Amino acid sequence: MRGIQDIPRWTQPLRTRKEDAGRGRQLIDKRVTSFEQALAGIEDGSTILVSGFGNAGSPIELLEALVDQGARELTVVSNNAGEGEFGLAALMRAGRVRKIICSYPITSGSVVVDELHAAGKIELEVAPQGTISERMRAAAAGIGGFYTRTSAGTRLGEGKETREFDGHPHVLERPLKGDVALLRAKTGDRWGNLIYNMTARNFGPTVAMAADLTIAQVDETVDAGELDPEIIVTPGIFVDRVLRVPRRA
Amino acid sequence: MGLDRNQIAWRIAQDIADGSYVNLGIGMPELVADFIPEGREIVFHSENGLLGMGPKPPKDREDHDLMNAGKKPVTLVPGGAYFHHTDSFLMVRGGHLDLCVLGAYQISETGDLANWATDSDTRLPAVGGAMDLAAGTPRVVAMTTHCARDGTPKLLGECTFPLTAAGVVDRVYTDLAVIDVTPAGFVAREIVDGMTLDELRDRTGARLTAAENLGILKAPALGDAAG
Repeated sequence: MRGIQDIPRWTQPLRTRKEDAGRGRQLIDKRVTSFEQALAGIEDGSTILVSGFGNAGSPIELLEALVDQGARELTVVSNNAGEGEFGLAALMRAGRVRKIICSYPITSGSVVVDELHAAGKIELEVAPQGTISERMRAAAAGIGGFYTRTSAGTRLGEGKETREFDGHPHVLERPLKGDVALLRAKTGDRWGNLIYNMTARNFGPTVAMAADLTIAQVDETVDAGELDPEIIVTPGIFVDRVLRVPRRA
Repeated sequence: MGLDRNQIAWRIAQDIADGSYVNLGIGMPELVADFIPEGREIVFHSENGLLGMGPKPPKDREDHDLMNAGKKPVTLVPGGAYFHHTDSFLMVRGGHLDLCVLGAYQISETGDLANWATDSDTRLPAVGGAMDLAAGTPRVVAMTTHCARDGTPKLLGECTFPLTAAGVVDRVYTDLAVIDVTPAGFVAREIVDGMTLDELRDRTGARLTAAENLGILKAPALGDAAG
C-alpha cells in the first residue's frame, strides 16, 4: 500500500476546484469573481504577454487592475504600446513597466510610451509582428528556436545568428515565453474554454498558450458544455483564470 | 502629366488576377481595393486576422472589434473568415498569399525595399508587419510616387534608408511608370504619356532600361470621389 506522501504528482492540480454545492463533488471552475483573484500572485519582474491589436482584444480592465495589484519591473509583450492614458498606457504611466517588446509603438495618442522613452524610463524593443507572434507560438509548442527570412539583412536582424536555407538568409529567433498572459475574449466557460469576437481575437489564442499563468477577461461566462465544442478557439487547458468584465459601451 | 493616387491604385488593380489572395499595406495601397475590375473576385487579407475584408461600413454600423491593419473599421464579405494572429502571420510568412502591395520610401535595383524607417525619423521605430509581408509574400509590388516630395528619386542603386527586406520587390508602380525589377536592374514597361525614357531616367537614381514592348501608362480620370 502506498502512503499518502507517495501519491504521484499527476493527482495534484486541484487549484481551481470549488465545492459543487449540494452534490458534494469538487468541480473544475476557472471562473473568478474579482480582479484581486484574477491577478493574485503576479510577481515583480514578470514577463507579461498581452493580447490586442490597438484596442481590439486588449484586456484594458485587467491591465488597469494590475496597477492596483502592484507588480513592478514588468516586461510587457504587446503588439502596440498603449494609447491615451488607459489600459497598457495606464500601467506604463504608473511606472510598472521596465521594458516593452512590440512591433508598432506608434498609434494616434500613444503619448505615454513617447514620453517615457524620451525620458529614458522605459526600454523599447521593436520586432516584426510575425516574429513576435511566432516566438510566442514556439514557446507554447516547446520549440527551442526557429529560422525565418523575416528581418534577415535588416537592422532588426543585426547580431542574430544567420543561416542560408534554399538560397535565402534566415535569422535565428528564440522562443518568447510569458510568466503571465493577460487577454480579452468574448465568452469563457467553467473549464476556461474561450471564444472571441471578430478581429478582437488577434493575439489572444497565442498569448494564452505561451504563458505559465493565463488570465482571461471575458464579456460573459457560461457553464461547461454551453459553448459549441466545434467553435472553441482556445481550449481551457491553456487558461487558468476567467474573469467576467462587462463590456464597455 | 503623372497619375494621381487613385489612378496608380487603379493601374495596380488591373494587374491583380481573379481569385488572388492579396494583402494591401497601410496607407496608399489601401486604395487598390476600390478599383478591382468588375467580375474579378479578390480575397483581401488583413494581418490582424481577417480574410475577405470588405469596405468600410456606414458610421452607424462600425464595430471596433472589426478593424483592418490600420485600425480602421471594416466589414467582412460573405465567405470571409477570422483567425488568430499566429495563423495570420503563418499565411504571410509561409508564402500563402499571392501578392502584397506595399508603400515605399526607397526601392533598389536589386529589389531591396525600404518602407519602415527613415534616417530623419524622430518618431519611435515601428515595423508592424512590414518585414513579414515583404520577406514572405511570393510577389511583392511597391506603390509609390516616383520621387519624394523634394524631388529625390526613390528608385536607387542602393537604398540609403534602413531595409525592410532585401531583394524582394518584383514590380514598382509609380505616378510616372510601371517598372519591373529584373536581374538586369530596373526595366520600364510603361511610361506615362508625354514623358520620354530619358526624362524618366532623370528622375530615377539607378540604371533604367526600357522593355522591348514599352507601353504607355494610362488610367481613366477618377477624381477624388472614386476613392
